[in-house]
Amino acid sequence: MKLVLNVNGTDRALELEDRTSLLDALRDGVGLKGTHAGCEHGVCGTCTVLLDGEAVRSCLMLAAQAEGHAVTTIEGVTPGPGELSIVQDSFVETHGMQCGYCTPGMVLTAVALLRDNPTPTRDEIVEAISGNLCRCTGYGQIVEAIALAAERLRRSNTP
Amino acid sequence: MTVQLQPPFRYVGHKRRVREDRRFVAGGGHYAADLVLAGMLHCAPLQSEHPAARIVSIDASAALALPGVHAVLTGAQLAAASEPLMNGANTPLVVRYPLAVGQVRYAGEWVAMVVAESRALAEDARELVQVEYEQLPFVTDGEAAMAEGAPLVHPPHGSNVLLDRHFIWGPVEERFAVAPRKLAYRVRWARSSTVPLETFAVTAQWDASQDVLDVWASIQMPKFPDQIARSLRLPGNAVRVHYDVDVGGSYGVKRGIKHAVLVGHLARVLGRPVRLVEDRLENMTGGDMQGPERVFDVELAYDDAGRVHAMKMRALDNVGAYAGRSPFQLGKPIGAIVGPYAIEAVEYHALAVASNKTPQEAVRGFGQAPTNYALETGIDQVAAALGLDRLEIRRRNFIRAEQFPYLIPSGTTYDSGNYAGLLEKTVAVADLFAERDALRAQGLLAGVGIASCLEPSGGNSSFEPLLNPMNRTTTWMESCRIHVDALGGITAAMHTTTSGQAHETLVSVAVAEVLEIPPERIRVIRPDSLASLPSNSPVGSRMAIMLGGAAVRAAQKLRAQLLAIAAHDLGVPQHLLRYSEGDVHAPDGRKLAWQELVIIAHREYFRLPPGVEPGLSASSIYMVPTGGELPKDDKVQMYPCHSFEFHYILVAMDRVLCRPQIRRYIIGHDCGQVISPDVVKGMTLGGIAHGIGAALLEEFSIDAQTGQPTAASFMDYLLPSAHEVPHVEIVHQTTPSPLTVFGQKGSGESGYLGSPAAIAGAINDALAPHGVRVDQLPMRPALLSDLLEGTHA
Repeated sequence: MKLVLNVNGTDRALELEDRTSLLDALRDGVGLKGTHAGCEHGVCGTCTVLLDGEAVRSCLMLAAQAEGHAVTTIEGVTPGPGELSIVQDSFVETHGMQCGYCTPGMVLTAVALLRDNPTPTRDEIVEAISGNLCRCTGYGQIVEAIALAAERLRRSNTP
Repeated sequence: MTVQLQPPFRYVGHKRRVREDRRFVAGGGHYAADLVLAGMLHCAPLQSEHPAARIVSIDASAALALPGVHAVLTGAQLAAASEPLMNGANTPLVVRYPLAVGQVRYAGEWVAMVVAESRALAEDARELVQVEYEQLPFVTDGEAAMAEGAPLVHPPHGSNVLLDRHFIWGPVEERFAVAPRKLAYRVRWARSSTVPLETFAVTAQWDASQDVLDVWASIQMPKFPDQIARSLRLPGNAVRVHYDVDVGGSYGVKRGIKHAVLVGHLARVLGRPVRLVEDRLENMTGGDMQGPERVFDVELAYDDAGRVHAMKMRALDNVGAYAGRSPFQLGKPIGAIVGPYAIEAVEYHALAVASNKTPQEAVRGFGQAPTNYALETGIDQVAAALGLDRLEIRRRNFIRAEQFPYLIPSGTTYDSGNYAGLLEKTVAVADLFAERDALRAQGLLAGVGIASCLEPSGGNSSFEPLLNPMNRTTTWMESCRIHVDALGGITAAMHTTTSGQAHETLVSVAVAEVLEIPPERIRVIRPDSLASLPSNSPVGSRMAIMLGGAAVRAAQKLRAQLLAIAAHDLGVPQHLLRYSEGDVHAPDGRKLAWQELVIIAHREYFRLPPGVEPGLSASSIYMVPTGGELPKDDKVQMYPCHSFEFHYILVAMDRVLCRPQIRRYIIGHDCGQVISPDVVKGMTLGGIAHGIGAALLEEFSIDAQTGQPTAASFMDYLLPSAHEVPHVEIVHQTTPSPLTVFGQKGSGESGYLGSPAAIAGAINDALAPHGVRVDQLPMRPALLSDLLEGTHA
């Protein structure tokens, strides 16, 4: 099938098998490798992307279902080559990652949280990321990263 | 002997951003599954549905008739073209190939590999492959597998016992004979694993004009290129493994030899790049990445004061259908078999038993965490038997700070430690017993958990010759090469893959410390295996010690070169010169700046000392600081360094649901001189989370009637989420190792080695008022509520 996906603000015309998941469409069709496959059955959250700003699991969606929506991947929240957003920079500051595999999904989940809730409590951060598994960090420095990002965003003029 | 650098340090131990994070956080990591090669083909493994069966026939004709399907490789075809995979134990008749040959030995075993233009098409074709099986009797329980008449997993081997070693270190029977008190108990550690979020992925490409097999794989595997070459009957220099792949978590299990041999063979045969990326089901069942599954029977001989004098430990490990390296996981704990305690004599009976289950692979700690759980359970029980405080029992049994270096009965000398000191610092943070009592007063079940244990680090291979005398490998090196280019830029190379442990940061800090140049100015690369010096990999909690050591040695050699050049050019004896931040200063105020030294080395040969080769380059192939000798009298020096951790936790649960909640988690941690504080912190927190999984949630359960795995997805194999992992309070202590370049010890397994024991202890403390206890992991709510059923509230 032919379809057009709006990915990180750009329309991408793709020709895919009907059964292609959004995850595979992003990785193999669009060629954006920052979105990773973890369990491919909707539990681990590694493949998280934003769909119209909401965190969703790209392994559980067909690419066709994303047509007409704005898809944001980790590449889309990165301001420019070599640059980091405030949320990304906060993850680096606290070392909120190790192997980096779950990190794009974690960052996007954090972006979605902080858009809706600029002053999350620790419990709210934990709740927000509880659908994103991380096997390296034990979550401690991820929670710290999101709290730091919230504080920095509150103090900054631009997101 | 290592000359130790002394604090204060410029960079070592200071908070610093982890350089790897910058690419990961932008989605810029380069994982094996990200690689796209022109003409690449994709694999889907066909898995056995039976735990044991003879393969009568495989009919792939319908699959091969699908357009776009290139091959259906069977075990018989692959076996004819390759050598068996290496065994760790001395079991030559336990033959293992990447695909089952003639017989399947566990449900999920890979029987055939379908290769097609896309992964989806390969999966379609897989459905069309017809395999006729003749079912065979099977056994999945380790003890049952040892019994007379049990079905044999490998009939030619004649038994299901793959390893049976009995060690007696010291006067065990004498100590037991005179001890006024004895205790016997059994604990079970269920099969779990590290379960990285990235499954195993590998791509191989055969270059027929250069006779080279290029391999990109998500691995953490010592001697990986050698093993591929050996199995595929290629010269060692015909396999080029690309170490610059980022690995999406491993913690031990990403060994991937069978995967790489498979795709390597297919790439050669098909003349196209071939890639295999496991899906989660394939990973959980046939990825051969499950961890130890043990039954411990332990006896302790102790006195009225609670001093434990001798131990007898029998460890029976159900290693699954093939041997691999897994029996060695019974060997590594020998290097810390008495934990932090001054136990004088030990009998250890190590049994590795085959069964019709997924083969085991190395898991974080390489068998140490289960052993620590078994030992800590006994220490708690001794305390209970005497009515002693569980802190006091540890104080009485700890090896004392003044006793180091301390030789334990099994032949390892512990380098340094201050166990009692860290205990006191940790328990000073809070009175968890009072908090426990407050929770109990509210009607909750509550318990305090305590675990004190060691993290042997700086991994060597001494357990290999100890358990298998046919194996004489004692060399276990790590290497680093530093090159200064003609513009003065510094590039350091490490020679293995990395899977989240921030090794590039480690190398940059270590080199920076010696050269007195900021780490940010040092590039760190991971060249391919053909461009690499001998190295192993990040196993055995070794890289801070070993890669850090290699980086320091190489940097010291480079610094010596700079001084030699300067001495000649300035006409001043070297010992009068002073090196500072890349420049060399003479006593008379003259100096040669870094750039000037670089120009001399690279361009002005006439200024070089006679006989000195041009350029600035140095390398070190660093051997583990101790070890290297073959075992003698069943004893050997195992890992050189011994980090210590003291877990002190509070768990509460309600009586009905029995869902344990960790209310406080305090850990005292001593890994010597810390190099990268944020990295060590992350390792400890992550290790604790992993231990929470092993203690409370994770189990590769199996249906005993059918031999089928019942935990093959994340719906039923439960990984801890942010909800299950509490905030952790870390108490630091620094007891430097005398053996390493900065006094550092390892921390790659920290947290995990004691958290299951601590959680188990806390739950048993919570259950104790009700007269029940549990000695198996994971301690799931159903198990606990069943136990409490019928006890009084």
